[in-house]
Amino acid sequence: MSPAWADALRVARLAAADPHGCGGVLVRAGAGPVRDLWLDHLAGELGPGRPLRRMPAGIADDRLLGGLDLTATLAAGRPIAQSGLLAEADGGCVVVPMAERLSPGTAARLAAALDAGEIRAERDGLAARAPARIGLILLDEGEGDDARVPEALADRLAFRLDLTGIAWGDTRGDRPEPAPDPAAPDVDPDGAVADLCAVAAELGILSLRAPLLALRVARLLAGGRTLRPKNLREAACLVLAPRAMRLPPSPEEAQAAPPERPEPPAPDESAPSDAGLEPGAESLVEAARAAIPPDLLARLAQAGSAPSSPKAGRVGAVMQAPRSGRPAGTRPGSPRAGRLALLPTLRAAAPWQRLRTGAQGAPRLIEVRSADFRITRFRQRSETTTIFAVDASGSAALERLAEAKGAVELLLAEAYVRRDRVALVAFRGSGAEVVLAPTRALARARRGLSALPGGGGTPLAAGLDAAVDLARAVRRGGGTPVVVVLTDGRANIARSGAPGRAAAGAEALNAAGLLRAADIRSILIDTAARPQEAARRLAEAMGARYVPLPYADAAAMSTAIRSAR
Amino acid sequence: MNLNGSIRAMPLKPVSTVSAREKPPILRAAAPDKAPRSLPAAAPTFPFSAIVGQDEMRRALLIAAVDPSVGGVLVFGDRGTGKSTAIRGLAALLPPMAAVVGCPYACDPGRPAEHCHHCREQAVLPAESVPVPVVDLPLGATEDRVVGALDLERALTRGEKAFEPGLLARANRGFLYIDEVNLLEDHLVDLLLDVAASGVNTVEREGLSIRHPARFVLVGSGNPEEGELRPQLLDRFGLAVEVTTPTDLPTRIDVVRRRDAYERDPAAFCAGYAKADRAIRKALTAARARLPGLSVPDATLEAAARLCLALGTDGLRGELTLMRTARALAAYEGAETVDLDHLARIAPSALRHRLRRNPLDESGSTARVARAVEDLLAP
Repeated sequence: MSPAWADALRVARLAAADPHGCGGVLVRAGAGPVRDLWLDHLAGELGPGRPLRRMPAGIADDRLLGGLDLTATLAAGRPIAQSGLLAEADGGCVVVPMAERLSPGTAARLAAALDAGEIRAERDGLAARAPARIGLILLDEGEGDDARVPEALADRLAFRLDLTGIAWGDTRGDRPEPAPDPAAPDVDPDGAVADLCAVAAELGILSLRAPLLALRVARLLAGGRTLRPKNLREAACLVLAPRAMRLPPSPEEAQAAPPERPEPPAPDESAPSDAGLEPGAESLVEAARAAIPPDLLARLAQAGSAPSSPKAGRVGAVMQAPRSGRPAGTRPGSPRAGRLALLPTLRAAAPWQRLRTGAQGAPRLIEVRSADFRITRFRQRSETTTIFAVDASGSAALERLAEAKGAVELLLAEAYVRRDRVALVAFRGSGAEVVLAPTRALARARRGLSALPGGGGTPLAAGLDAAVDLARAVRRGGGTPVVVVLTDGRANIARSGAPGRAAAGAEALNAAGLLRAADIRSILIDTAARPQEAARRLAEAMGARYVPLPYADAAAMSTAIRSAR
Repeated sequence: MNLNGSIRAMPLKPVSTVSAREKPPILRAAAPDKAPRSLPAAAPTFPFSAIVGQDEMRRALLIAAVDPSVGGVLVFGDRGTGKSTAIRGLAALLPPMAAVVGCPYACDPGRPAEHCHHCREQAVLPAESVPVPVVDLPLGATEDRVVGALDLERALTRGEKAFEPGLLARANRGFLYIDEVNLLEDHLVDLLLDVAASGVNTVEREGLSIRHPARFVLVGSGNPEEGELRPQLLDRFGLAVEVTTPTDLPTRIDVVRRRDAYERDPAAFCAGYAKADRAIRKALTAARARLPGLSVPDATLEAAARLCLALGTDGLRGELTLMRTARALAAYEGAETVDLDHLARIAPSALRHRLRRNPLDESGSTARVARAVEDLLAP
């Protein structure tokens, strides 16, 4: 039996001893015999009377939290409740497969159950409160960094296990001999708290739940007796080490080269530890350090390179009320306004049957009234809206404007096929205006374009501001905006409308920063006859892709935009 | 789905049993055949006064408790920073209020103008002292439970058409708490916006046509990483506070130590803070008494207007909230008048979520408010 597997079994034992207190285990492993074996062990440790329930993916609220039991209600003629999965698992554990694909809503419901130890449901005319002192076993099957278990949920679980490196052969044989425990004095509880907090700080763990969970696990290990250093060490290894965000400096390194020590990310956080850890905390850090998985840093680097905010339109924001897409629950409403959801409608109608059909015994038909209608809500990947911010000033030669118009028209034809939308912001003279609100209507768009005048100064900041405003509106409406700026970068009108190159240039850079901060994907197309340094700097500030296009023509622009998307 | 093949009946009754602090149900029939399965004896809540740090959040909650008209508190921040703990702690220390005996909306006997249709018809209104309701709106709640619906049990057993009040009715004169407010479903958000704006819940369903008072302080908490809040909902909250995990070691140790002590012996831990909680309750009561008599000098009003103008906040709501919150803060601190210092301290919470939508991000808007305060309110 390999030490890693022995650790995994120890975690199973601890998690089963107090499922709710520990919160549960995040298990990183592909589906396979090793994971199944571990779950079997967990079920064995839980024993009879403490359930181990599996939560199906995409579970609906009535099964998760409880709700109206349709069949029983129809049979009885009065509302009969059924309990949800979480309440049924009270005292045991709930296994969540494919936890990396949990929706934020489901994750929040699970987190609420973990926090409260009970289910509060206000559903289908029933108010319920049922104990649900559960632990969660989150099975993370994510590959690489494509999807991660919701951090809010993972933070509440004491243990993180990685079974990926464990082979079937490792699970055989006897347990390795535990290291002999050197006779050590008991620790005082206050000192234990301070030590665990210090270790968490050394490992760069920000959440306060981590040291608290470690403390609980240490008490669990002590089994009701006073805490011993060994318990603390083990808890630090099991709870804190797998959460480490950075490697603590080893004592040799720290002593050998104190000045060259890499600056930790949050200086004030580790400042107290620089002053010298207490001996107890230091040995804990050493123990945790030894337990940190070897590939931790590699994984951290991977995590760091992941997109900072996944909500920024990569998957597409969720549309408000689409008519198609993936079903996402139901809501009351007329079937004219959406697609009728049959079962929820029946569920809504069920309790009323005895009333509606009169007192003459059991109803043969189910009477459904308009108030019962439930329609399906859908969610859908949102469509892309390309916002063109076009420099229509005198400096951008009028033919460039014609080319920009041509590109928008080309894209519009493409958008017609892809169900994308386009919008057009023009800036010239003293300000910017939205020439074309997001649209898919080809004819209207073409009319608006051909009427676009040119000439005057270059109020670049105002133009960028207008594009950002429009992009935010698009995002609020559930769309994903892409901003394409066509300019030569030579701003000469400030936001106030006053002329002046220096002020206008600084404001343009500031506006570009806003665009970047709003996390809007953007492309800057330099329309000057020769690539401009100003335009390049602007693109950098926007976080945009820079495309110099000295001899732009509509087809080339369209290709550039397509490839950047 | 159900592995053991049996469906266990839950102790459900169409009568809410969510909170132990709830008033007795009156408009609804009791369901004697369904005794609730005994819940574990509720441990006392973590005392409000035992929360370490998070001064801005605590101050905002206390201000909302002093003057409910400030319009709610939004708490946004990191995981595990005690957002829920603070709100439950506040609920536990609020001074009790007078309510009409048996009224499902807990009408105030002293304010006939705000009475429900039920209390309006009564000549004599016996009063009792009840705890201020703090009602949870759990995720996954359905519309009928939020606004109220026909009382099924009563309709079926006795053929009577009776209204069973929902969560909004229970929250009247108290607090409505929504954890993970950014994950709330859209149709519920629309509904809440309407009620929060008007203070009246209008129910038109299942042949019922009922209007009842629903004035409550909306308290929302959430994590901005999990989704942005719609601007309309954002605007409904009077105060917005940001909480972050403390990063200095002594504070962190203190937080964990207190939490651990509470978990090991809740009763003893709470007893240790009972005196501090009582002091806060006394201060709250005194502040409420002082509030109506507290005038806002013209200089303060003018400064508030200048601040809002400089920051470009939309509409008058920002100015109004700024003034009200500054006054509530002054009342809580026992000040004689509302001065610029009160204004300066409360401005970030009252204004940061109302700035025109071109700030870099939320922390950027906090910095913008701080800068404007420094520029305009510096002595």
